[in-house]
Amino acid sequence: MQQVYLTIVLAPLLAAVIVGLFGKRIGRAAAHWATILAVGLSCALSLYTLVGLTLGTVEPWNENVYRWATVGGVHMQIGFLVDRLTATMMATVTFVSWMVHIYTVGYMRDDPGYQRFFSYISLFTFAMLMLVMSNNFLQLFFGWEAVGVVSYLLIGFWFKRPTAIVANMKAFLVNRVGDFGFLLGIAAIVMYTGSLDYQEVFSHVPRLSGQTMEIFQGSAWSVISIICILLFIGAMGKSAQVPLHVWLPDSMEGPTPISALIHAATMVTAGIFMVARMSPLFEASETALSFILVIGATTAFFMGLLGLVQNDIKRVVAYSTLSQLGYMTVALGASAYTGAIFHLMTHAFFKALLFLAAGSVIIAMHHEQDMRKMGGLRKYMPVTYWTCLLGTLALIGAPGFSGFFSKDAIIEAVHASTLPGAGYAYAAVLSGVFVTALYSFRLLFLTFHGKERMDEHTREHLHESPLVVTVPLVLLAIPSVVIGWLTEDSFLFGGFLGDAVQVLPGHDVLAEFGEHFHGPVGFVQHGLVGPAFWLALAGTIAAWFLYLKRPDLPGVLADKFSVLYRLLVNKYYFDDFNEKVLAAGSRGLGRVLWRTGDEKIIDGALVNGSARVVNMTAGVVRHFQSGYLYHYAFAMIIGLTMLLGWVLLTE
Amino acid sequence: MIGLAHYLTLSGILFLLAVAGIFINRRNVILLLMCIELMLLAVNFNFVAFSRFLNNLDGQIFVFFILTVAAAEAAIGLAILVVLFRSKNTINVEELNSMKG
Repeated sequence: MQQVYLTIVLAPLLAAVIVGLFGKRIGRAAAHWATILAVGLSCALSLYTLVGLTLGTVEPWNENVYRWATVGGVHMQIGFLVDRLTATMMATVTFVSWMVHIYTVGYMRDDPGYQRFFSYISLFTFAMLMLVMSNNFLQLFFGWEAVGVVSYLLIGFWFKRPTAIVANMKAFLVNRVGDFGFLLGIAAIVMYTGSLDYQEVFSHVPRLSGQTMEIFQGSAWSVISIICILLFIGAMGKSAQVPLHVWLPDSMEGPTPISALIHAATMVTAGIFMVARMSPLFEASETALSFILVIGATTAFFMGLLGLVQNDIKRVVAYSTLSQLGYMTVALGASAYTGAIFHLMTHAFFKALLFLAAGSVIIAMHHEQDMRKMGGLRKYMPVTYWTCLLGTLALIGAPGFSGFFSKDAIIEAVHASTLPGAGYAYAAVLSGVFVTALYSFRLLFLTFHGKERMDEHTREHLHESPLVVTVPLVLLAIPSVVIGWLTEDSFLFGGFLGDAVQVLPGHDVLAEFGEHFHGPVGFVQHGLVGPAFWLALAGTIAAWFLYLKRPDLPGVLADKFSVLYRLLVNKYYFDDFNEKVLAAGSRGLGRVLWRTGDEKIIDGALVNGSARVVNMTAGVVRHFQSGYLYHYAFAMIIGLTMLLGWVLLTE
Repeated sequence: MIGLAHYLTLSGILFLLAVAGIFINRRNVILLLMCIELMLLAVNFNFVAFSRFLNNLDGQIFVFFILTVAAAEAAIGLAILVVLFRSKNTINVEELNSMKG
């Protein structure tokens, strides 16, 4: 199987290198064929692996393929750990990536950076696969940083736009904050276990769980909690949790296929995946789980609210992504790792679908993204409309759609959780359902229903997108609808992930939940009477009332609750805080260090100062050199006398 | 009877006169040269006096050497003086300070 796994990883890399280096020479068609075929091959082999693992014909695989270096007894390996958890991620990543590759052919048709774009997205697929397939922390970190780099490159893909440059810089800097925590976490792991390998580290957990460390004098911290929280800070950066979420909405400056692939379906879920992969570690620390729960709940609810006031179609979907990532994080905090991974998978499909549908709308609108200038697109773009509707239904958790199973599982898991903060988290995710339905249908109604608000010229040119765009939409819509039915039972309650995730008996909220009913039909029946369904319905009706029945109401409401409205429009002032306090503070600190530290102390005192001391000493000393012979003679006599006097007196 | 002490005193007086001459004289380089000459003579006096007192001829041999060196030195000194006068047009010690730092 080693060849298979190597092929899965290396095929996209090879394609990326070829297209990246020789893109101009081989031309556009060859560029997209090379990358589409390579990622298609990865996707096929990943599906083969997943099916094999599911049916039991393929054994889980955990081996090193190459030893990179050995430093002080710590082996730095490149290896793969392929079990059902990894295979699920691999299949999701490569499938969505493949769809996005195909879609890009249509979306980027007239872009001068065509080959470069394909090279980047293939490179991204490689990096993401390295991340999920890793069996050690070093390779995980490599993939982690590599996806960060590609994300940076792609957000700033249109590098002539100042906003894109600012956005990619912001994404990179915010991710640095998270990665710093992540790196510290890995360092702590190496320090306390002396190993980078997952299995070896996990085997140390029982020994570590009682240990404490002293960070400040006289304070005892649980080692495992510190490690877990540091690792989770890394996840907060990559998976955009409050307060490190600020980069994600801005990353929408990148081309839409990228928003779908990286900033919705795959890369941002790296943090979720990582925490699930580290479940043996996280299980050992209730403090860390509680922390995760609260952060996730805050993200899920408050970021969803922001989606209500955005007018850029992509930004609405971006905030919805933030909110959904919050749901996944909440699931992790409640120890429902399988629920988080399940939601990750379903979300990847329907969120990629929503983004690509938004992209399709943007193509039709000639790169206009403001929803206030859309409306009534339903009759011009039927395929986009219907697929988008299916994606929206999946997102809000309409019973039977994929999002319903995963989201309901998370809500029930949080309900059953007994950790500190679980009550807050339950309230947040439950109200989040209403908000989700409201902003999702707001998007749908503003874009596809109601009055046609675009100008004459755009209206004349409105038409359905070409097949390369609509086929991926349809292909993504299918799993968005049915994947819940197919996999819910085995995934959530059948122990599909097996040993890959470990849950302590007291934390196993999903098992508790699973006892009540069996099969997807039972799940749907249970869902229909639960509060989540009614909240989603209420959200939908509210959206219908506000944006179709009485389109004048939202403006009135915004005026009436202007304080709240301004708070939302300004995104809770996170950006202002970062800009005015953190950025200005560090700039101020830098200026102080520059002015006093660099210019005054180093330049002034040390470098120029020592030269000036020599200069001054010489200036004084040179006056002894009078040039008069008798002065020198006098000095000699004095010296001689003193010498004589000394000799005579000491004798 | 004239003893060793008288010779040494005379030599000391001569030496001090020479030193004083070097310090006090600010006008003439020739006087400087003469003072140096006088110092050497004072030293010679010492040598001869001790030689006689100790019954050892080594000191008197030294005197011959010193006289020779002094003659050569006077010749070179005067030659330098002539060149100096040609270039600077002065032999005033006060004005010869081109080595000033």
